[in-house]
Amino acid sequence: MIRIANVSKKIRFKHILSNCKAKIDKGKIIGIIGENGCGKTTILKIIAGIMQPSSGSVKISNINDMSNVMAYCHDSDYFYPYFTIKQLIDYYQSQYSDFDIEKANRLIEFFHLNENEKIKYLSKGQLGRVKITVTLARKAPLLMLDEPLSGLDPLVKQKIVKGIIEYVDLDNQTILLTTHELLEVEPLLDEVIVMREGTIVTQREVEDIRITEGKGLNHWLEEIYL
Amino acid sequence: MAQHFRTDKPIYLQIADQIIQEIISGKKHTGDKLPSVRELALEEGVNPNTIQRVYRELEGKKIAVTKRGQGTFVTESHEVIDRWRKELVKQYVEQFMQDMKGLGFTSDEIQSNLSQYKEREVND
Repeated sequence: MIRIANVSKKIRFKHILSNCKAKIDKGKIIGIIGENGCGKTTILKIIAGIMQPSSGSVKISNINDMSNVMAYCHDSDYFYPYFTIKQLIDYYQSQYSDFDIEKANRLIEFFHLNENEKIKYLSKGQLGRVKITVTLARKAPLLMLDEPLSGLDPLVKQKIVKGIIEYVDLDNQTILLTTHELLEVEPLLDEVIVMREGTIVTQREVEDIRITEGKGLNHWLEEIYL
Repeated sequence: MAQHFRTDKPIYLQIADQIIQEIISGKKHTGDKLPSVRELALEEGVNPNTIQRVYRELEGKKIAVTKRGQGTFVTESHEVIDRWRKELVKQYVEQFMQDMKGLGFTSDEIQSNLSQYKEREVND
């Protein structure tokens, strides 16, 4: 579905990414993992077309207009704080033709959110759930989540993982997410793309790591980093 | 949920084993409908693709049958289940004997230990 070929990114004199290669197949949940500052968010933004690579390319099969194929969920806060959740959902519906309002309402219920609450008064955990709601409610073939679990308590993390399991349509959708939370996310992932110091070290199937290395993601990653 | 999996074995095989155990122990019966892919994925906290692989695995072992548009069911064949019961017994006994011999016990010692265990169980 997507081929990332020799992507590098330089900002001023600093190399953020160098020579990244990866392949993203349809119908999978793929995690981009690695330590802080290794380039996870940058590569995600480049795949999303929010940022341009300095060299190399991201090829997506048969598609020109990225905004129709992907739903991007930022890590940082970017909603209008004076909106209520309901207004935010209406806004999303007005902006994206693939937005499924019924699914959004089911997600609101699933996450126990109150749609009359204002964004600026939401807790971090509630905001995390709102972000996932508006992203999962889109029928876009590619959903991209930047650090969907970071800074959330274990119960909210579990709930978000379950929300993804319940509402993603893997017959028609692919998920690409960045994360540190390996323990919570491991059972959710088909594959991992491991990054280190601005480059992609390897791409592996998670179950295959258990078969050939006899260990879970955490231990395996520790070995790569040591 | 998710954290109960061992890390040295693929998750899909662990869930498949779990279902086979439920069938052999009689918790699930021949012809029973298994949960839908999404239901089981939610219950176990795993990727729906993993559950699909679980069902493919069970179908490959003839323990489950997928009927188009209806879902996945435990086989109707008592023969198949019987065969798997014997297979599992063999596997567990072999594993046990290997472990015990690894600790330096002879077959006779293991036998007498088993008898003692049985007696204790009767007395309890």
